[in-house]
Parts: sequence; C-alpha cells; structure tokens
Amino acid sequence: MATMPLSAAPRRTKPTRPRRGQAVPALLFLLPAILGFGVFFAWPVVRGVYLSFTDYNLLSAPSWVGLENYQAIASDPVFWNSMVVTLQYVVINITVQTIAALGLAVLLHRFTRSMVIRGVVMLPYLIANVVVALVWYWLADYNLGLINSVLDAIGLDRVGFFGDANIAMTTIALVNVWRHLGYTTLLIFAGLQAIPKDVYEAASVDGAGEWRTFRSITLPLLRPVLAFVLVVTVVGSFQIFDTIAVTTQGGPVDATNAITYYIYDRAFTRFDFGYASALSVVLMTILAVIALVQMRVLRADQSDLER
Amino acid sequence: MKKSLITPVAAAASLALLAGCTGGDDGSSSSEGGGGDATTISYGLWDSNQLPAYQQCAADFSAANPQYTVDIEQIGWDDYWSKITTGFVSGENYDVFTSHVAYYPEFQKNNQVLPLDEYIAADGVDLSVYQDGLVDLWQSPDGVQYGLPKDFDTIALFYNEQMAEAAGLSAEDMAGLTWNPDDGGTYEQAIAHLTIDANGVRGDEPGFDKDNVDTYGLWMEGAGGADGQTQWSFLTASLGWTQTDGAWAEEYHFDDPRFAETIDWWYSLVEKGYMPSYAAQEGISWADQLIAGKAAIVPNGSWMTGYVFGSASDTFTPAVAETPVGPDGSSWSMLNGLADNISATTDNPDAAWAWVKYLGSADCQDVVADAAVVFPAIKTSTDKAVAAFEANGVGVSAFTDHVDAGTTVLFPITDFKSDVNAIMAPAMEAIMSGSTGTDSLVAANESVNALFN
Repeated sequence: MATMPLSAAPRRTKPTRPRRGQAVPALLFLLPAILGFGVFFAWPVVRGVYLSFTDYNLLSAPSWVGLENYQAIASDPVFWNSMVVTLQYVVINITVQTIAALGLAVLLHRFTRSMVIRGVVMLPYLIANVVVALVWYWLADYNLGLINSVLDAIGLDRVGFFGDANIAMTTIALVNVWRHLGYTTLLIFAGLQAIPKDVYEAASVDGAGEWRTFRSITLPLLRPVLAFVLVVTVVGSFQIFDTIAVTTQGGPVDATNAITYYIYDRAFTRFDFGYASALSVVLMTILAVIALVQMRVLRADQSDLER
Repeated sequence: MKKSLITPVAAAASLALLAGCTGGDDGSSSSEGGGGDATTISYGLWDSNQLPAYQQCAADFSAANPQYTVDIEQIGWDDYWSKITTGFVSGENYDVFTSHVAYYPEFQKNNQVLPLDEYIAADGVDLSVYQDGLVDLWQSPDGVQYGLPKDFDTIALFYNEQMAEAAGLSAEDMAGLTWNPDDGGTYEQAIAHLTIDANGVRGDEPGFDKDNVDTYGLWMEGAGGADGQTQWSFLTASLGWTQTDGAWAEEYHFDDPRFAETIDWWYSLVEKGYMPSYAAQEGISWADQLIAGKAAIVPNGSWMTGYVFGSASDTFTPAVAETPVGPDGSSWSMLNGLADNISATTDNPDAAWAWVKYLGSADCQDVVADAAVVFPAIKTSTDKAVAAFEANGVGVSAFTDHVDAGTTVLFPITDFKSDVNAIMAPAMEAIMSGSTGTDSLVAANESVNALFN
C-alpha cells in the first residue's frame, strides 16, 4: 500500500485482456474471499441496517418501528456524551501517536540499521490488547501500582489514572498509543524507505540540515503514506473498545463510555439490539464520511514525486 | 483498535445470521453412554470453584439414573451470559443452566425458560426445605416458579485481624459494631481508628494526614449501582429502606431521604480520608487491596470467603464479622440466591427436570456443602456447609446467622433490571466521585420509574 502511489508511473504496455478460459479459475480463486466478505461483512451490514429500524431484543422476533431508534438517538444524552468522549479519545490518541510515530520512524530511518532496535519498537504491538490494558491498569493502580509508587517516591501526588473522570480517557488513549506506536512507526518507516536516496543527497549537497531536510523533503514526500496511516488509525481509533471493556467499563460517570462500548452495552447488556444496530449505522456513516474527507483533503492518491 | 469499518454492525448482526444457520441439531442429543441409549443433559455454570462438587453430583445422578448422563460446561461469568442469550437464539442452549436473578426476568418474559409448577406438583417437591425467601426469588410476577434454589449468599465484613488487634479491637468488638447515619456510631469509630496515614498516625488522632493514607479503614468497591449489594444495602436495610416494595415492584425509592442520608454518610468517609476516593479505588480488586494491607475492613459477599481465607499471609490474618447493628437494633444483609433454569430450547424437558430436581435435593446440596465453597439453599445442607467451613478453620456464622434471624432483604428483582442499572451506575458514581450531591438521586429515581410507564 505504501508504495502504491509510486508505481503509478505511465504504463508502457496495455494490460492484457483476460482470456476466456481464465474466468472460471479466477472466480474459483476469488470465491473464498467473496464468500467471507458476503457472509461476514455484506450480509451483516444489510441485516444491521434492517435491524436498526426495528425493536429487537434477540429473544423474540424484530418488530418494525421505522425511524424511532434514530429519533431516540438524536435526543439520547448518553449517545452525545459517547460521541464527545470518543472524539476526545481519537484526538489525543491520533495526535500523540502520529507525532511520536513520525519522529520514531525518522530516527529509525536516519540513524540506525539495527534490526534489534526495529524489532523492539514493534514489540508492544505483538502483545494482545487485553493484556496490555490489564497490565497498565494494574501498573496505574492508585494504591498498589508501580507508577503511583514512583510518583509518591519523588514527592508528587498520586493520580487516579483510570478512576478520575477527568483523566481516565486520556489514560486509555495513551495506553493505546503505547501499544500501537510500533505498528504506526513501521508503516511510516516503510514510506520513508520508498523515498529515493538521491533526493536526500541533493538536499545535502545544497547544504540543508536535518530539520530542513525533514520539513522540505521527508514530510511532503511522505504525505500519501501519512494520509493512508491517518485514515487507517483514525477509523480504528473511533472503534476503541477492548481497553475500556477490561478496565473502566465506561465509567466513571460515563467518562469512558465510547461509542462502541455504548453499542455493546445496549446490545449485550440491555438486549436492545435494534437501538444498538441504529447506533452502529450512525457510527458507520460517520466513519465513512471521515475516511472520504481525509482521502480528499490529504490527496492520498497523488504523490509529490510525480510533479 | 480494530481496522474494519463495519465490525460493530457485523458483530451484532452476524449473531442473528448465525442464528438462522444453526437450527438443526441441539444440545440434548442421544449418545451412547454406558451401554444403553442414555439421554445426555447439557448443563452450564460459571463458577469454576464449584465445578468439582457439581461433577460429583452429576456422577451420583447418573449412577442412580443410568438413563441419563450430564455434560457439564463451565464458562467464566464475563462470557457466560452472552453464551446463554445467543444459545437461546441458536437453539443450541444448555438444557439446564445456573441462573441469576439479574438475568432470568428477561428470559422469563421472553418465554425462554420453562415453568416448573407442574413438575413440582407432580413430584411433590417440598419447597419448605429451602431457606426462607429463596423460593420467592425464582417466582415470576404471576407466581409461576422457574427455579429450585441451589445456594444463597449474604454480606459480612471481611477484615484483617492483625490490624484490628493492633488497633485494640477484639473479635467481639468487631462483631458488635453499631451504625447510624448521623455520626456513624462505633462502626465509624473503628473505621477511623483503623485508618493509618503514611506517618503512622491513625484517622482519629491529631495530625492525621487525610491526603496521604496508607491503610484505609474501609474500602469502597465501586459506588454500588442500583443494588449496593456489598456496599450499602446492609446499612439502608437497618433504616427500613429497600429499593422496592418486594419482588417485581414497579416503583423504585431512590428518592427516599433515608437512602440519601446513608449515601451522604458513606461519602463523608471519603472526605475524612477513611475510605479511598472513587478515583483511588479504581484498579486492583478490593480483595487484593485488603490482602495487601491497603484496607482494614471490606464488606463483601460470602462467595468471596474461599478467596479471602485462602490468602492468609504474615501480614494478613483473615477474619469476618457481622455487618454493623443499625438504628433498628439489628445487623442486616442482602440475600441473593442462585437457581437452575431449564431452557425452553431443550428437547428433553423431563430429563432436564430430573436433573434440576436432583440439583435442588439434599443429595446434591450435601455434596456441595462438603466442598465448603458456597452455602446450599436447603436448610440442613446449609448447616453441613457451615460445619465444613469450620472444619477448615473458617467461621462463617456472620453470614449464616442472618438467615436464621431473618435479618435479610432480598436482592432487588424487577423488570428493566439492566436499564435501571444503566441509569443508577453513573448516578452513584457521580455522587461517590463528589461531582454531584445526593439531591441528584431524585432525578435519577424519576428516570428509573419512567421505565415502568
């Protein structure tokens, strides 16, 4: 994906038209993917959209209620609160993660060839989300956690990282930055490697320093990759769930009741599958719009290398 | 962070999809167990501590009834209810499963569990052998019985005996604490005295630093939501207040001044530094805080006895005392009990009933009693369990005296239970975080009662 824009050079030969005999084998090869897509994505979306217009508790048949669920969502304070805290999470998570990953990737690219260091950067991403969440949850415990013991030892006040309504969402956002930093770094790093060396050599000949090189060469040429990274991470970030589910469970006072957690709560705790489906459709719409806008604004399909 | 755009929809909807695909075969199929055509009864439970006892029950049951075998599956609490609910949809549910009053009203309302009255009448099952109140928990609003009680739980004070002794509090002192919502009585005095700050100053001594507490006299295990089962229900009960007027009531009383003054007193402990703030209690569980010496007293349920008493160490000597005596002169506890439900999806209701009847009999409950994990619902089996606990050196009368004395209030059971919780959990968290006062309970109560209109 990262190198895709670079390969969009003018084609020398026309693509060969598929010969008649290839259609059947091609279809056979595609069948598992199509089946998976149909069964696990397409049909559930259709079914989910249908359920969003019903009152459905899973145990008895869905009954059609028209737009009632959507009207209820519009005036549901918990939904609006969940949008606010989700946005809060996304902003903190994406800002910190993207800046840190960019910095880390540039450092890796410019200053080290060590596979060990590159591997270590990826390590947190290899640990399961739930494990990461629980380990940080315990580390950050107010009374028994290591972090608070250290804060206490150096004379600072203890912090209720997960229990203080003003801090909990920030804590969760930073825990996930810790886990996803390596993965994001790797994506950007791949993008950096696709930038031709001669551009850097030219910059160096022109007497550009590290900072100037970064601003005038690395950043512009990295734009398509950054756009891709942002679309993927923002869409993923909106779906924060597991860290919340194993730590705060939406509390304190809904401070971490993000939209996906609220959907889960409505569906699986309160058996309100119609309402939860409507919430899901709202989320899907929001994410689709965000992805489209991002692609447009960041011109992800064009590289400055071509100009 | 998942990378797919439509995962939430997919998750919700694929369940329904799977439901359509897997109608065919069913949990209770015939299998060739031990020669004949034995009918297999599938049985679900969530507590791994109780698994060995129920495996023994199942073996005894099959030995006495060779036409049946029981296939037990244990799944942790967190996944258990999703499994049960989706099991109803798919038709693949357990024939019989351990049930909880917070969940079964929903199942009963949707006709997913079988009524037992005809079986009970036909087999002449004596419902008076169970501890008082437990049978009622498993009756629907119109008086239909859906479960036979299997065990019960009550609340008492777990505490660290070493800390109590160091504070000059004997076991008798701890068992005879009094409480009132005005000054907290000797309960609050003990809590204050057991609280120790980082400089070793006790909570009731001059120079106590409430912002730097090393051991809290009392631990807060969350804000208690709508039930306050282990947090405050034993206090409010002594003021004559309960959430509702009996099972299946359609009105909650969270706007009652007695509830507000209890919570006001409870929150005052945070302000005094005797109990962790909401922010400070979030994290490692109360039991481990108690074991680690961060708390001296924690009210909690009898189901935690095994864990707490199994964690004795050089610095932690587990002990248990009755909840404090309230203004009405009695120590109170919330009473909750489990029972076994039969799924409506079962192919063999008669076989399922035979197993439920056995689970509800003294034969099986005595086996459970000997395991000394929970208190069985049958009175004579309860006594056996108490003896088994005592044989292990654990005195549990602080839990069981309540059922003898009748000083129990039932776990609130109503319609819309999960919706009530969804309103009350954040409301109570806001109060216990100090961001709102107990006057907010009036509005919360209105939202709760609006559910029933």
